[in-house]
Amino acid sequence: MTTSPHLIWLLSGVAVILIIATLIGEALRARLAPDGSNPVIENLNARIAAWWGMVVLLALAFIAGRPGVVALFAVLSFSALREFLTLTAKARADHWALLGAFFVVLPLQYWLVATDWYGLYSVLVPVYAFLLMPVVSALRGSPKGYLSRVAETQWALMICVYCVSHVPALLSLNIPGYEGRNVILIAWLIFTVQLSDVLQYVWGKLVGRRKLAPELSPSKTWEGLIGGVLSASAIGASLWWMTPFTLWQAAGLALVVTLMGSFGGLVMSAIKRDKGVKDWGHLIAGHGGFLDRLDSVVFAAPIFFHLVRYFWA
Amino acid sequence: MPVPPLFRRVLANLAGKGITLFARIVTAPRAIWQGIEPVPRQRVYFANHTSNGDFVLIWTVLPAMLRRRTRPVAALDYWLAKPLRAFIGRDVFNAVLIDRRPEARVDDPVTLMTQALDEGASLILFPEGLRNMGDDPLLPFKSGLYHLARQRPEVDLVPVWISNLNRIMPKGEVVPLPLICTLTFGAPLHLEPGEEKQPFLDRASAALLSLRGEGTA
Repeated sequence: MTTSPHLIWLLSGVAVILIIATLIGEALRARLAPDGSNPVIENLNARIAAWWGMVVLLALAFIAGRPGVVALFAVLSFSALREFLTLTAKARADHWALLGAFFVVLPLQYWLVATDWYGLYSVLVPVYAFLLMPVVSALRGSPKGYLSRVAETQWALMICVYCVSHVPALLSLNIPGYEGRNVILIAWLIFTVQLSDVLQYVWGKLVGRRKLAPELSPSKTWEGLIGGVLSASAIGASLWWMTPFTLWQAAGLALVVTLMGSFGGLVMSAIKRDKGVKDWGHLIAGHGGFLDRLDSVVFAAPIFFHLVRYFWA
Repeated sequence: MPVPPLFRRVLANLAGKGITLFARIVTAPRAIWQGIEPVPRQRVYFANHTSNGDFVLIWTVLPAMLRRRTRPVAALDYWLAKPLRAFIGRDVFNAVLIDRRPEARVDDPVTLMTQALDEGASLILFPEGLRNMGDDPLLPFKSGLYHLARQRPEVDLVPVWISNLNRIMPKGEVVPLPLICTLTFGAPLHLEPGEEKQPFLDRASAALLSLRGEGTA
C-alpha cells in the first residue's frame, strides 16, 4: 500500500487544525490562567496534546500499511476490552472464559481480519464466542448471576473486539477502480466521526440549551447533536473527491456514520452511568479511557463497512 | 552461590524495574490520590490484602523517589522459603521481614517496624495479617497498626484500598486477567489522645472501607 497524495492531504489538514487548536489553547492559558489554575483550559490542552499523539499513531499505522493498521486496532481493542471487562459482572468461575476473551477470541479475530477471512471474522464473536464462552463458564459451575455475567462478557466482546475490528476490515473491501486506496476510507471514517464528536461539543457549549438525555450525560444537548452531526456531515461530504463516493453519496454516508457515532456515545454513557463511573479509564490524558474516545467509531464502523461492502464492493 | 554485592544491587534494581513494568502491563494500575498527595513524607500505607501482588501494586504506583524509601512489611516464613523469593523480598523490595510465629521469633515485629521507621523508611502494611479469601471485604485488624500509631505518633497512617486484584488473580489461578486495578489513597490517620486499641483499629478499618467504590468495584 503506497501513501497516496489524498492521505497526505487529509493528514496535513488535520495537522493544520491541530496547530490552530494548540495555538488557541496556549493563548487561552497565557491570557486567562498562565499558572495552569483553570481546569477547563488545562483539560482542553491535555485533550489537544492527546489528539496529537493519536493522530501521529494513526499516521504511522497508515504508513506501515495493512499490518500496521491491523496491529494498531488490535492493541486498541485490547485496551478497550480491559476497560469494559473491568466494570462488568464476573465471578471466579469466569476466569478461563475471560482469559479466552483476551487471549483467544481477540487475537483470532484480528488474525482473520489480517488474512481477509470475511466468512469467519463476521461470525466469530456473534456465533462462536456467543455459544462457546458461556459453556466454559458453565463447566466451572457457579450459577449465581450467570446470565448477567455471560451477557455482559458477550457485550464487551461485541463492542470492543467485533465492532472495533471492522475499522481495519475496511482494508479488505475490493472496490472497483479504488484499489490500493482503502486506507483513505478508514481515515475518512475516523476523521468524520471524531470531528462530529468535537463539533457536538463546540455547538453544545455555544448554543446548547435542551438536554438530550440529562440522566445519562448532562453535557449532551439537542443543539449540540444536530449542529455537530450536520456540520461534520457537511465537512465529510466536502471530502468526497478522495473517496469512491459521489458528493451526495458521501453526504449520506457521513450523515449515517455521524448519527451512529452519536448513538454510540449515548449508549456507552448509559453503560457508564449504570456502572457508576464517569470515564472508562485513565490512560489518555484529558479524554479518560480508550473507550471514551472509541465509542462513536465503534458504533459507526460496522454499519459503514456493510453499506460500503453492499453498494460499492 | 556467592554473588558480588555491586552485581547483586544492579540485578535487584533491574528486577524491580521489570516487576513494576510487568504490573503496569497486566493491570494498568490507577492511583487515586484522594486524601493525600504523593509527596516525600514518612508514611505507613495500610491496605486490604487479597493477593500476593498487593504490595507490588502500591510500590508500582508510588513515584520512583518515594518507592526507594518505602519498604513492605512481609512474612518471613513465606519470603525466605526459596532463594529466588528471598532475593526478591530482601534485595528488590527491601522488605521488613517479620515472623508470624510468636514461638519461633527472635525480634518483636513492632520493634522491627519502628526501627525501619527510625531509619527514615516508609512502610507498606497489611493489618489483616493474612490474605482475605472470604466474602467479607475486610478481616479484623491485628494490633500492629495500633502499636505503631502509639509508638510513632508523628507518622502518617494512610489507608489504601486496592480494588479488583482478587479478580485479576483469584486464588488457585496461574494466569492473571489483564483488568484495571485501582488504588485509592485516603486521608492520613493518627492516634487520638487517650484513644484505646480497639476503637482505633475500628476507626482505621472504617477509614479503609470508606475508600471502597471510589474506583471501580
